[in-house]
Amino acid sequence: MTRATGFGLARGAAFAGAAVAFPFVFTPAWIVNIGVLTLMYAALATAWNLFSGYTGYITLGQAAFFGLGAYTLGITFEHVGIGSGYNPFYALPLVGAGVALASLPVAWIALRTRQMTFAIVTLTLLFIVQQLAFNLHSLTKGSTGLMLPTPRFPIDSYDRPFYLAMLAILLVALGLCWLIMRSKLGLTLLAIREDEEKARGLGIRVTSAKLVAWSLMVWLSAMVGGVWAYYLTFIYPESSVDPLVMIGAVLMTFLGGRGTLWGPAVGALVLVPAQQYMITRLGASEFYLVGYSAVFMVVLLLLPRGILPSLRDALDSWRERRRTHGSKPVVHGEVRA
Amino acid sequence: MSALLEVEGLTKRFGGVTAVSDCSFGVPEGSLTALVGPNGSGKTTAFNLITGYMRADAGAIAFAGARVRRPDPVTLARRGLSRTFQQARIFPDLTLVENMVAAIQQPWYAAFRRSIRTPERERALGLLDEFGLARLAGDRARTLSYGQKKLLEFATVLMGEPRLVLLDEPTAGVNPVLVEQIEQRVRELNARGLTFLLVEHNMNLVMRLCDPVVVLDHGTKLAEGPPSLVRDDPRVLDAYLGG
Repeated sequence: MTRATGFGLARGAAFAGAAVAFPFVFTPAWIVNIGVLTLMYAALATAWNLFSGYTGYITLGQAAFFGLGAYTLGITFEHVGIGSGYNPFYALPLVGAGVALASLPVAWIALRTRQMTFAIVTLTLLFIVQQLAFNLHSLTKGSTGLMLPTPRFPIDSYDRPFYLAMLAILLVALGLCWLIMRSKLGLTLLAIREDEEKARGLGIRVTSAKLVAWSLMVWLSAMVGGVWAYYLTFIYPESSVDPLVMIGAVLMTFLGGRGTLWGPAVGALVLVPAQQYMITRLGASEFYLVGYSAVFMVVLLLLPRGILPSLRDALDSWRERRRTHGSKPVVHGEVRA
Repeated sequence: MSALLEVEGLTKRFGGVTAVSDCSFGVPEGSLTALVGPNGSGKTTAFNLITGYMRADAGAIAFAGARVRRPDPVTLARRGLSRTFQQARIFPDLTLVENMVAAIQQPWYAAFRRSIRTPERERALGLLDEFGLARLAGDRARTLSYGQKKLLEFATVLMGEPRLVLLDEPTAGVNPVLVEQIEQRVRELNARGLTFLLVEHNMNLVMRLCDPVVVLDHGTKLAEGPPSLVRDDPRVLDAYLGG
């Protein structure tokens, strides 16, 4: 194991440990609630980054799969006894896999388009799923909404299982990103982002690589949607297939640093608490959206490439300055000799 | 000599313009074939048709004795037909070594292996060394000069162990020293049995390097043969000078 790998693993373990400990240390429900939302967005943004950050294909349809995951879990509750308490969490990987499998034919067609067209095509996917949720009344109960059974978790730590479930998905997402970036698949995805036509000319199987990244993104997003539905116990089309959720995940990724491992999670860590704070401060009015965008604009003005890449650049140039500064006397010595 | 690549009746129309019209030629195995012609004569379009970047309206292509029914860059590259682009195309944000290793054709089950394994790195470094790029191996490709990018693109194509390489203007916009280096590489690789098809504007280079030479004009083949014969063909002179 190289030193960098060891350092990366240590950082991951430290983050996981701190994140697991958090809801046991800070127990008030409102704090854990913000924690659940933060982790939810962190997981969504990391999943988005896994596909869009690495391949360069900007999808605006991720929230469709979040909603499909939510509805799939809700509908499963209606028709199949998947138990209560912790049991539904264990069904999530399967729910996610089902949604991912169902999304593949659509992805295969959508991935024939590029850039803006791809973004728009996937955005329409979001609205199609929302319309289906409205209109497939027998399955989704339309705008009436779907009730899920309320789990009997102890009232003073009710949010904690959801927090831990979101955290588990985030950790899986981060682990997948980390593994992919060290693998040949990661190299292929970056090659696609850089120049897909060139990659094709080299005999790189671009379509399969894109589909693998896509289905992982969908799998993770659907699982997040499932946890969210179980948490709220009530879902309806506008909230479960919400363009604002979509925009949130993309903004956080850009804020933290697209194509980096930790960037999306860092972006969520900054934006979600800020957003929740604004909501409590500015009340239920839509003014919080103004404040939300102000946070975003400030960060983009100061750190245009996202938090992590900008910090890394700053660190690099600082090191460079120190190095050239330190080596100056040697250069002089050589000149004199 | 049998033909490694056989092109027959290739035709491509863009609206009312016929860019390539009933074009037929062959690239003999082990040869250094040149495809030349005045600007707009359809050379690059022919390249794009052969490599599957464009769909032909008519015509047939056979590679290594087998008819290629639906030319597709990925399958062709995996069968041993690779190309470079007129504007050097590389992966700018990847390092030189990553550029090289990304170009190795992998079976699907290798997707989750380490991105760069030691033998792959060594092979990449060896080839980069042949192209005089070894000391830049860890740099990002976007820091290279234009000529160096052309060298890198050429080198990456070789990582896929092709049988036939299509070079689209390998020396355009490259300084004379690098032109010499590229020519040297092409000669060496050809001596080791690699077949080339070049689109090239530098006529001196074509005349001393290539045989046979195929001349295109208005999308059709005007002449095909050894350089000395082609050079003295009055129709070729007319196409280039007469306009």
